[in-house]
Amino acid sequence: MADMHKDLIVSAAPHVVSPADTASIMRDVVIALIPALAVSTYVFGFGAIFLTAVCVIACVFFEWAARKILKRENTIGDWSAIVTGVILAFNLPVNIPKWMAVVGCFIAIVVVKQLFGGLGQNFANPAIVGRITLFIGFATPMTNWVITDRMSQAIINYSGPDAVAGATPLAINAAGGQLPSNLEMFLGTINGSMGEVSTVALLIGGIYLVIRKVISPAIPVSFLATVAVLSLVMGFDPIFQLCAGGVMLGAIFMATDYVTSPITTPGRIIFGIGCGVFTMLIRSYASYPEGVSFAILLMNILTPHIDRITRSKLNGVAKGGAKA
Amino acid sequence: MKKSKLSILTNGIIRENPVLVLVLGTCPTLAISTQAINGIGMGLSVLVVLTCSNIIISALKRIIPDTVRIPCYIVVIATFVTIVQLFLKAYVPALDKALGVYIPLIVVNCIILGRAEAFASKNSVIDSALDGIGMGIGYTLTATVMACIRELLGSGTIFGATVTAGTITPFTIMVMAPGGFFVFGCLIALVNKLTKGRVRAKRQNKCMGCPGAAFCSKVEEGGCEE
Repeated sequence: MADMHKDLIVSAAPHVVSPADTASIMRDVVIALIPALAVSTYVFGFGAIFLTAVCVIACVFFEWAARKILKRENTIGDWSAIVTGVILAFNLPVNIPKWMAVVGCFIAIVVVKQLFGGLGQNFANPAIVGRITLFIGFATPMTNWVITDRMSQAIINYSGPDAVAGATPLAINAAGGQLPSNLEMFLGTINGSMGEVSTVALLIGGIYLVIRKVISPAIPVSFLATVAVLSLVMGFDPIFQLCAGGVMLGAIFMATDYVTSPITTPGRIIFGIGCGVFTMLIRSYASYPEGVSFAILLMNILTPHIDRITRSKLNGVAKGGAKA
Repeated sequence: MKKSKLSILTNGIIRENPVLVLVLGTCPTLAISTQAINGIGMGLSVLVVLTCSNIIISALKRIIPDTVRIPCYIVVIATFVTIVQLFLKAYVPALDKALGVYIPLIVVNCIILGRAEAFASKNSVIDSALDGIGMGIGYTLTATVMACIRELLGSGTIFGATVTAGTITPFTIMVMAPGGFFVFGCLIALVNKLTKGRVRAKRQNKCMGCPGAAFCSKVEEGGCEE
């Protein structure tokens, strides 16, 4: 009898089951990052793949080791450490000393994620904090941008014929130099952090994630729209501001982290607008040329409050909510 | 129950370490522990002020009216802080410059006020002196250890002597505020482990959230009436 009615199980909600689990979602994110990795490899050479491999191996190792030492179940099978590793590598200059990248992986996985209880418990995006810690801790190597001959002529010219290290488009913009064309900015033949250069490749990855319903477009669209609108208001070229620096990488892959972004659509829009506002404020008024990572970190910290004010109303409950 | 003189002295070193277990005086500790020499200088200044003020407050405990005890404590503490500061200015001006405003701020350091309120005002002069010395040693050790870790990682030196500087790029964030909090958290975790979770146990009874819990004698009995 029981065998005949296996699919007639009476149970409490939820009744709709999706085949998606953490591992399949994270796998989709890794797939979405591949176009950007391909462009980075074209622009920077095989160092890009090597740096990504170092970060992924270090992140997976730290995840395994931290869970082992804290006597918790092993979670490297959920792919989240791999995603953190790839995204952190994308946030570093390609020629950073590899041990520094490993320090960043340690901060991201052990300090930000596992000390707070693992995936789902971290209050901030691990890759973002890893990047910011390295950026503040190792300021010189973190802003040591290489020049390769595949890059835009404007960047090669700005850096001078003998330069081995050059300025990013945002730094050239701040100094008032000759900028690469918008097409070059869009394609990614510029310097900067390894994975952030190619707008088109990151957009392809983002569209894939939206089609696969891995991310909702609310955060990226509101983030990017805010940057564009504020650029117009402040008198900058919006296309340049959208293609420069880490806006695309941040908006598509880091601001949309499930754990550290709001749950509801209105909340996500507030989150995206906040990221855009802070990014543009830091770019225009602060001493750093780029502010995407700081903007996302600030909004990560505000996420619980955004979630509280945008909580959806329960049906059939008196105003003010049921007595707990 | 009367505590032995030795246990009063050693209490402040690990078991009731003022910074890592009682979590008092955090602000100056985080601020000055960027160089080992500052840690020692600040620690010794606190030790001297704490011991002297504990002795005087304990001696005066029957004279000081209960309602105005805090201002009286502050006057006593401020006197010793001024003496220490003039002494530092005269003999080690470089250290005085490095510690800056944190020397005058010892006046309102919670460790000193906390020990005056929790210990010196209830115990004999000798016991209070021992408590001050013990707590002072605990503070000095903590500040120095924190400063050594931060100086080594953040500048590559210890007591100004080159260790790794020049061979390894220093991790500058360790001598900034985030590094201070990071080392602070790690040391609290370590002491918590060494004392087998005493800090956590204290947090879980009803004294949780009470500002006086850190130096309240009722904590051990499971909380007061309120």
